Amino acid sequence: MTSNSPRAVLAAEWIKVWTVRTTGLTLLLTFALSTGLGTLVALSWRGDIERVVNFDPLFAGLYGVTLGQLALVVFGVLLVGSEYSSGSIRASLCAVPQRGLLYGGKVLAGTLVALAGSTVTVIVTFAGAQAALGPYGTTLTADGIPAALAGAIAYLTLICAFSMGIATIVRSPSISLGVLLPLLFLSSQGLGNVPALKPVLRYLPDQAGLELMGLAGPSADGRFGPGYGTGTALVILLAWTAAALAGGYLLLRRRDA
Amino acid sequence: MIEVADLTKRYGRTTAVEGLTFQVRPGRVTGFLGPNGAGKSTTMRMMLGLDRPTAGEVRIGGVPYQRLHDPLRTVGALLDAKAVHPGRTALNHLRSLARGNRIPPQRVREVIELTGLRSAARRRAGTFSLGMSQRLGIAAALLGDPAVLVLDEPVNGLDPEGVLWIRHLMRDQAAQGRTVFVSSHLMSEAALTVDHLIVIGRGRLLADTSMTAFIDRHTDSGVRVRTPEPRRLRDVLAGAGITVTDHADGGLDVAAGAERIGELVAAHGVPVHEVTRNTASLEEAFMRLTADALEYRAEPPGGVRR
Repeated sequence: MTSNSPRAVLAAEWIKVWTVRTTGLTLLLTFALSTGLGTLVALSWRGDIERVVNFDPLFAGLYGVTLGQLALVVFGVLLVGSEYSSGSIRASLCAVPQRGLLYGGKVLAGTLVALAGSTVTVIVTFAGAQAALGPYGTTLTADGIPAALAGAIAYLTLICAFSMGIATIVRSPSISLGVLLPLLFLSSQGLGNVPALKPVLRYLPDQAGLELMGLAGPSADGRFGPGYGTGTALVILLAWTAAALAGGYLLLRRRDA
Repeated sequence: MIEVADLTKRYGRTTAVEGLTFQVRPGRVTGFLGPNGAGKSTTMRMMLGLDRPTAGEVRIGGVPYQRLHDPLRTVGALLDAKAVHPGRTALNHLRSLARGNRIPPQRVREVIELTGLRSAARRRAGTFSLGMSQRLGIAAALLGDPAVLVLDEPVNGLDPEGVLWIRHLMRDQAAQGRTVFVSSHLMSEAALTVDHLIVIGRGRLLADTSMTAFIDRHTDSGVRVRTPEPRRLRDVLAGAGITVTDHADGGLDVAAGAERIGELVAAHGVPVHEVTRNTASLEEAFMRLTADALEYRAEPPGGVRR
């Protein structure tokens, strides 16, 4: 055998994840932003329930998550990007010279953390919002809710993995965020209002995410989602994530460190 | 044992390393010298599998670095001491490296003690001085108790005590039969620690020699003599069986002691304007050697270097 043990590499990357402050900070921020905003939206809706257009308790529950993803993206970007900004990538590659193995270990460690963080965040955000909605809220077991929550968890986790791929490609935390934040926020909330761009924008990851979380909206005017169904949305997200991760892998393999 | 074979690295049209071939043997400290930009760090990065050679290869213990099994157990490297995540403590940095190469956790404690980092082990690496970062880099290099050490300018930023410590460490490691390869841009530093010398300039091999041979060859103990009548002086000295060579500055390099020369010129009445003992230092010898390489590179084909 001429390689490091994959288990040992994953364990080493796991240690790295938990021995920098940014991990705790970004995860906490993901949680706080999501639950805080979800609860806030729910409270304001409850206080003025008559005037809410297209009321959807699920939307109140998950809207916060679409902002909380910002912090989770930062987590993914810093996990990979800090290796480049600090130069520690060279020490990491000396320890694990099989680049695919190092990359796999890092992405897997980060994705597992993102999965755990997303699960807690999504469930608590949903529960908090429903509690705030009181009589207008829905329950975990209501029709379509488990699927929407699973979709939200999958979306957050995949977006984090996507961010790690982008950070590997551009090798700089600040450039990564400069690419990712507009991609994930500007498209739906800014450019989304330009009708001519809609046919393209609907395939961007955040749009697929809205669809996956069941936030496409009952109005079906495409305002909150592209309306191509959750199955397609999952495939689109997986494709984005796979493309970013594969791009990162190919460049990492080829480039000088 | 490190074997570098016909190693070449080009970046576009710039050649950083060209056709380097040399071996680094165990049981001695091998110095890797060259002026800044000579290609030392590039060569070291290729040794460690970080940069891909344009041509040629490096083998460590017979295999390329990428094929080493848990490489930190075979090769310990210090490249850029500051290249540690600034938010991670020294202890955690070493723990993660050890874990990935299945090095027992107690070894982390050992190298922390060995490098004198105990009181700083739980501090974030970003707060470290350059000297402390160097110690952390050495600790990481020693982590796997490797048979081969590759150290890029390890005394940079160390205080005098730290410099002495590194010198002893390298000598000690070599005495245990390990391979120690250390780069420096200072010949005077290398002269104190190094047994064998690899000198490169502009990415090419200039010298591969033992330190003592280099000293013998490049620090001549002769005398520089200046005279308005060089031909007569030559005849006088040649008559006494003394070797004379022309020096670039117009003087003559004479392979004899100043007393002997003084007696001879007095006896023959040759006027002499200057008699100086040649005390070319190692640093000058090194600069001459590498400056030649630069001239050679700048000149059109037809140069006469060996």
